[in-house]
Amino acid sequence: MNTRSLSRLALVGAVMVGVAACTPRPAPQGAVDNSAGGGQTNNPQYDNGARGNGVEGGALGSSAPGSAQDFSINVGDRIYFDLDSSEVRPEARPRLDAQAAWLTRYPQVTVRIEGNADERGTREYNIALGARRAEAVRSYLISRGVPAGRIDTISFGKERPIAQGSNEDAWARNRNAHTAIVSGAGQ
Amino acid sequence: MRLNLVLASVALLALGSAAGVQAQSTPASQDQPIEVDIDQGVLKAFPIAVLGFEGQNGPEIGAVIRGDLRRSGYFEPLDPASFIETGLQLQNQPTASQWTSIGAQAVLYGAVTPRPDGRTDVGFRLYDPYRQCQLVAYRFTATADQWRRIAHKIADMVYNRMTGETGLFDSRVLFVAESGTGLNRVSRLAISDQDGYSPVFLAGGGDEIIMSPRFSLNDPNEVTYVALGRDYSRIYLMNLATGRRESLGEFDGQVLAPRFSNDGTKLAFSIIRNGNTDVYVMDLRTRQLARLTTDPGIDTSPSFSPDGQRLVFNSDRSGTPRLYVMNIDGSNQRLISRGGGGYTSPAWSPRGDLIAFTKQGGGQFATGVMATDGTGERILSRSYFEEGPAWAPNGRYLMFSRQSRGGDQRLWTVDLSGRVVATAGYEGRAIDAAWSPLLDPTPASAARDADSCSS
Repeated sequence: MNTRSLSRLALVGAVMVGVAACTPRPAPQGAVDNSAGGGQTNNPQYDNGARGNGVEGGALGSSAPGSAQDFSINVGDRIYFDLDSSEVRPEARPRLDAQAAWLTRYPQVTVRIEGNADERGTREYNIALGARRAEAVRSYLISRGVPAGRIDTISFGKERPIAQGSNEDAWARNRNAHTAIVSGAGQ
Repeated sequence: MRLNLVLASVALLALGSAAGVQAQSTPASQDQPIEVDIDQGVLKAFPIAVLGFEGQNGPEIGAVIRGDLRRSGYFEPLDPASFIETGLQLQNQPTASQWTSIGAQAVLYGAVTPRPDGRTDVGFRLYDPYRQCQLVAYRFTATADQWRRIAHKIADMVYNRMTGETGLFDSRVLFVAESGTGLNRVSRLAISDQDGYSPVFLAGGGDEIIMSPRFSLNDPNEVTYVALGRDYSRIYLMNLATGRRESLGEFDGQVLAPRFSNDGTKLAFSIIRNGNTDVYVMDLRTRQLARLTTDPGIDTSPSFSPDGQRLVFNSDRSGTPRLYVMNIDGSNQRLISRGGGGYTSPAWSPRGDLIAFTKQGGGQFATGVMATDGTGERILSRSYFEEGPAWAPNGRYLMFSRQSRGGDQRLWTVDLSGRVVATAGYEGRAIDAAWSPLLDPTPASAARDADSCSS
């Protein structure tokens, strides 16, 4: 099994664990025993706050179509690269295709691709490496029909990491290109 | 004691590394050169007695000089508590036996005396108690508040007299001081004395990342650096004396890696266009811009030769980052680095004879030097991560930043033998150091008091 399949499997596994962590758990035992057949009952005064006693809810909002949050949450604004590489990986293409489609759908939006590198390199060379990554994403989006004039680029090298840590996981997460909305998107 | 004997007496100080060997001082036999067996690697630093000077700020002057000489790795300043003779006046000679008995091979003493015009005279003598002759003497005159500068100048004169090399202590370092947590870094441009004293923040502290500060070797008041914002990058030129600051210009692309030519007339830097990083040179007088590299690889981190005729730079046109040299007009680009691994961050020595670099390979980073044709590559220091070597003004030390795995970055220095590795004077989190030239030339031999020792 090659590295790509392994990492896909690991990704699926991680998602499954994440989903499992969200399943509701039984309510914790309180100090007072409210159970029907339990020991002595002492006129329990414990308000579980049921029937919406002051707590309200609603949709999260601001993921309105065409908004910056719509882009980052529903489309995905970051792709990742292999070590010392600025090549758009095959598994990153669907996300970039989705970015291109979204940008085509909202033609007033302009973006800036931010290229990043991991910490295992010197400052200036890593700026240049990040610039290659930003350009790779820009070229791909242009090839998918987004006008070049709507896409700016900048490289942060290793200077603005998103993952802290001196380990392979953090380094892999920091080898990325982030598509930032500059203007034209709704709130 | 001439250069070869002192350099052959370097102790393994390595203050921050695992092998903390303390230099031992033992009295040498009278009038005999120190016997050194270099093959065994057991070497000794030169034991020197530095008295606190007489007069205002005198004891502090002695302490600053001791710190400079100790950090050079070539001297071992003796503990003043061991001195037998105290209160030496400038007009007196040291009592030789009271210094040879504690193993001092040179005695430095001096005095600060006020002048009628309100300034102070700071005079000193360096005396050899074994041969009973004066090695060097001189008097500086300045306002009293300049005592630190004078202490560094005296340390330079002692260093120069004993090693034959020009000094390095009357100088400043520029660096990027970091604070905040890993994901919320705050970046400031800072300057301090070479021993870390009195750091001053010059720029940054907001949302900008500060990178690549450099002095103009022609005028240490002229500096350059990069400010990397959220959606812009700028190269700034700044004059520390006047406070004037200007952006180098708009270049239709991200800019990085600025360096002055040694005569201060040109600035080499990189511009990124369509993802491709290349080296450019701007004439600072005419503001004419010349593009020097055109290949599709990364070309960056240029560094001028002292005569301004060539540049060394970092290119990965071969697929791996390596060091190349080219003429000032961009012609004759040729590979000079020869080993495997990735070479970045080249710096041409102010003496012109060596190129320093950062080398990456085997999961480690190293600081090294090579001749300007790539021969004679030597690694001076190696660790989990280090980068950005900056030359001392005498071309005999490098300052670089080092980071342990998961730790903070700190500044370190190493000498050309690779045996003297020490934390730099500044003790805070810092990266990207640059070293100024000597702030003033060391007084020439002709200006000094007669040297009565024969060598």
